[in-house]
Amino acid sequence: MAPVLAVEAAGIVTIVAVVLIVAVLVVYLVAVIVQLRKITKGLEVVIARVGEIVEKSAPVNGVVTTINEQLDAGVDLLEGLLVKKAGMTDAVGLVDGLYTGAGAAGFRSFPESKDIKAPRIGEVYTKGTLTLARLGREAPIAVGNPAGPALRDVQRGSLAARLLYPEVRQTRPEALARSPVIGAGAPVLYPPSEQRGGTTPDDEEVAEKGPWTEVAAEGIVPAELGGSDAPRDLLAEDPQLGSPVLGETTGSEEPATEGGIDPGAGDEADATTDAGPELPEGAEPDLRDAAAARRQADVESAE
Amino acid sequence: MTMWWIGDAVLFVVVVPVVVYLLHAVLNAARSIVPSVEEIATTAAAGSKDLDAAALLLTTQEQVIETVAGVADYGGSLDVILDDAR
Repeated sequence: MAPVLAVEAAGIVTIVAVVLIVAVLVVYLVAVIVQLRKITKGLEVVIARVGEIVEKSAPVNGVVTTINEQLDAGVDLLEGLLVKKAGMTDAVGLVDGLYTGAGAAGFRSFPESKDIKAPRIGEVYTKGTLTLARLGREAPIAVGNPAGPALRDVQRGSLAARLLYPEVRQTRPEALARSPVIGAGAPVLYPPSEQRGGTTPDDEEVAEKGPWTEVAAEGIVPAELGGSDAPRDLLAEDPQLGSPVLGETTGSEEPATEGGIDPGAGDEADATTDAGPELPEGAEPDLRDAAAARRQADVESAE
Repeated sequence: MTMWWIGDAVLFVVVVPVVVYLLHAVLNAARSIVPSVEEIATTAAAGSKDLDAAALLLTTQEQVIETVAGVADYGGSLDVILDDAR
């Protein structure tokens, strides 16, 4: 009986050990599975983002290639034009004159340009000057002397290069007359030659209403320049506005009517009684007076 | 019987620790991958966002083409106006 119990005990221990191992396997494998799922989700995000990158960067190569081709064509064009017009030697000298040392690099489209010793081309490029002159532009012909001092400090630049051009370009502008100015500040003021309605503002009225009234005092179009009161021989054959149309002032402060103008009359005006024409009592109203007649509602409300 | 007990002892003393050690190592390796993957995803997202401006290259391309065309027009005009060196 004892051996049986011993075998049972050993078997139970074995079973416990196996169960323990299985339990450990389960725990760890579940944990690993959880981590692998996280990794899978992360990789899905990565794949999506990488797909976006691939999609967005797909046209970059072609576009950049096209841009480079266009820029190459532009450079070739400019270099070719410069060499064609100035000649290889002068072209290298001109470039070197603008950017010291650039001549040694030569032109990309003309490898032989690297072997050319850049000539010293100063401020005045005779061939260019003559070309400008032939084109009708003001050019500094024969002003610069190659044996004289430098016309321009290439390190700092200066206004000395202006001396290459005709003198009017340097000093005359300060002495030129001002541009015409409209209004009281105009360099030339024309006195009034006519009075068309209203009064000519005196100093008191100008002070009260403001400086804009001075414009009226100066007159707009003087007679000698063809104003409306100019002599007939200066006017057009059929002036649209003559003196009868424009009217004229009396030149006096006295009222034109016997009673004069009552400036307070408007203070007591009543739209319900004073508006519109006076219609005869009992007459059949005309359709054309409909808009001018007093509204019945206003009459009733006034009563 | 003795061998059975020895087997049990080996099972507890050797097999179980080795299994636990190996599984633990696998778990640690899996855990260490997760932050790296998340970092890669973040970087890929940033890279994708940076490439949003790539579409503007098409506009740049058109501008360059127009500019070079303008330069060609000016150059052609100068070619007509000015005499050649030779």
